[in-house]
Amino acid sequence: MPEQRRIIFRHIDEPGYTPELGCYLRHGGYEMLRKALQRKPEDWIDEVKKSGLRGRGGAGFPCGVKWTLVDRKSGKPIYLVVNADESEPGTFKDRYILHQDPHQLLESIMITGFANNVKQAYIYIRGEFPHGARILERAIAEARAANFVGPNVLGSGYGCEIFVHRGAGAYICGEETGLIESLEGKRPYPRIKPPFFPAVLGLYQCPTIVNNVETLCHVRHIVEIGGEAYAKIGTPNNTGTRILCVSGQVQRPGYYEFEVGKVTLGELLNEVCGGPLPGRTFKAVIPGGSSAKVLKFGERFKGKRKVGAEMVEFDWGVEDIPMDFDSLALAGSMGGSGGVIVMDDSASMVEVLANINEFYAHESCGQCTPCREGSLWMKRITGRMVHGAARAEDAALLKSVADQIAGRTICAFGEACAWPTQSFTAKFGDEFKSYEDSKKQGRAGAAELA
Amino acid sequence: MRPIATSVNLKPETERVIEEVIPRYPSKRSAALPLLHLVQEDQGYIAPEAIEWIAEKLGVAPISIYELVTFYPMFRTKPIGRRHIRVCRTLSCALMGGYKTCAEFEKQFATRRGEVSPDGEVTIEFVECLASCGTAPVVMIDDDLHEKVDCAKARELSGRIKAEARK
Repeated sequence: MPEQRRIIFRHIDEPGYTPELGCYLRHGGYEMLRKALQRKPEDWIDEVKKSGLRGRGGAGFPCGVKWTLVDRKSGKPIYLVVNADESEPGTFKDRYILHQDPHQLLESIMITGFANNVKQAYIYIRGEFPHGARILERAIAEARAANFVGPNVLGSGYGCEIFVHRGAGAYICGEETGLIESLEGKRPYPRIKPPFFPAVLGLYQCPTIVNNVETLCHVRHIVEIGGEAYAKIGTPNNTGTRILCVSGQVQRPGYYEFEVGKVTLGELLNEVCGGPLPGRTFKAVIPGGSSAKVLKFGERFKGKRKVGAEMVEFDWGVEDIPMDFDSLALAGSMGGSGGVIVMDDSASMVEVLANINEFYAHESCGQCTPCREGSLWMKRITGRMVHGAARAEDAALLKSVADQIAGRTICAFGEACAWPTQSFTAKFGDEFKSYEDSKKQGRAGAAELA
Repeated sequence: MRPIATSVNLKPETERVIEEVIPRYPSKRSAALPLLHLVQEDQGYIAPEAIEWIAEKLGVAPISIYELVTFYPMFRTKPIGRRHIRVCRTLSCALMGGYKTCAEFEKQFATRRGEVSPDGEVTIEFVECLASCGTAPVVMIDDDLHEKVDCAKARELSGRIKAEARK
C-alpha cells in the first residue's frame, strides 16, 4: 500500500496534541519564524519559488509566482488574506488544520507576511466554523502575548497583525475577489480581471495576496528544509505533499496526505480507502471537488505527456491516474481542491447531477446572467428529470445551457457549475436516456439524492 | 440625518465586542459581517431596527446592510426555534443518507425543514456543504458538528433535545 507522508497533518488526530501555544512550542513551533526573520524577506520569496509549491485551493497556481506579482511600488500597504472559506463540496482538509493545529497556520502567515512586507493579515473563515474562529482568536491572542504576532515580532522590527473574519454561508466567498468584496463588507460579487488582479488591486484597492490555508501551511516547512529540498518531495511540477479528502461511497472515507503524484486514484480508492462498499462496484469519481469533471470507471485516457525531458505515451484507466495537478488535467479533469467524491453502482448519475445542480443554483451570486439564469435552469431540468416530469428535449437542452455558461462569466463559477453537467451528459448519456425506465424498475439500496 | 435607532438593546458584552471589532479594519464598512453575526448571536435574528442601527454605526445606508442580510444564507430576519438543526444536503452527505437524516429530524419534531417546530423547540434547515464530507452525513446543532448522523443517531440527538426542553 502506498505510504502516506504527513507534513501538514503530522499532528492531526495525535493523542495529546492540542491547539494551545505551549503544545505547539513543545513540537518546535515558531522556530521557523525565528529562522525566517534572520534572512532578507525576498530570500523567502525565492525559496518558495524554488519549492514549486502550487496552490491547494483549486487552481494550482504557483505560490511563489503569485507573491512575485504583488505590486511593491504602489506605496500602498500590502495585505495578506487567508482563504479559510473551505466550501468546495468534497473538501474537508482546512477544517482539521484550523481546529487542531492553528499555530501551524499562524506561523506560516507570519513568515509569508515578513517575506512580502505585509503589516495586516485577515483570515477569512467560513461562517459554519464557529469553533474554528474561536480557536483561531485564542491562538492569535496567545501568539501576540508571546510576541510572535504584533508590532515588533521577536524584537526584529517587523510587525504584523492578524484578525479573524467570519463569512456567512456563501460558497462564492471562496473565489478570491468575491472574498475580498465580502471582507470589504459587501455582497461577494467577484471582480473582473483585468483590472482587478488582487496582486495589484485587491483589498481596499491595495496589493493583496490571497492564499489557501493548506498552501500557506507549507511555507513553514519550506523554510525548514529549503526550497530545493522541498521540490524533491512529490513529482516534478507537482511538488510537496497534498491532502486528499475522500468521501462518498467507499469503505474508508477520510483525509490522507501523500506526496503529490505518488499515489494513483486506484491505489487511493482500492488500497488506502479499502475499495467499494460491500457488494458494490465503483462507477464514477469526481477527483477535485464537485466542480471538477467526473471520471467514469472503464473509460481510458490516452496521449503523450512530459516525463523529465521526454514525451512519453500514456494509456490510463481511471485507476491509473496519478493524483497530481498535471495528470488529472491530462485526464480532462482537475486536482482542484483535493476533494475526491466516489459514486458506486447504486447511484443514479442523473440524481447525482441533480444534487450538484441544486448546489450551484443555490450558490450562484447572481451577478452574471448566464450563470444566474443558467444554473437555475440546469437545476430545474435535472429536477424534473428526477421527479418524473422530463421532456423529450431535456437532455439536449441541459447540455446546451451548460455550454452557454462556461467562458461567459466574470469568475470561474461559470465553469464550476457547467463542468458537472457537461461531463455527466457526455459520459453518462445512456443513463439520462434510460433514467425513466430504470426508475420504474426501482434501484435497491440507492440513497435519495435530490 | 435620521435619528439612530434606539430599540436594539444589545447586551453590554456585545456592545463591547462591537467597539473592539470596528477598528480592526481601515474601512468601517468591513465590520458589517462581524456586526451582523454579533447582533444575530445577541438577539437571535436581525430585526429591521438592527439593520438601521448597524448602518448608522458604520456610516453606510441601511440598504448596504440589508442587501447583506438577504444575500448571505446564515443571516435571518425572523426568530428560530430554541435549537437550530442544520442538516447537510450536498452530495457526499446525500450519498450516505443525508436526505433520510433530515426527514428523521422532521418526523421527530413534527415539523418541516425551514419552519419552526410547533413547540418552538427547533428549526430544521437543509444547508449546503459543511466541509466534513468524510464523516457524512453531518449535522450542525447550533455551533456543534455531529458526524455520521444516520437515522438512529438523529433519533438519539432529537431525544436529547426533547429531554432538555422538559427540564
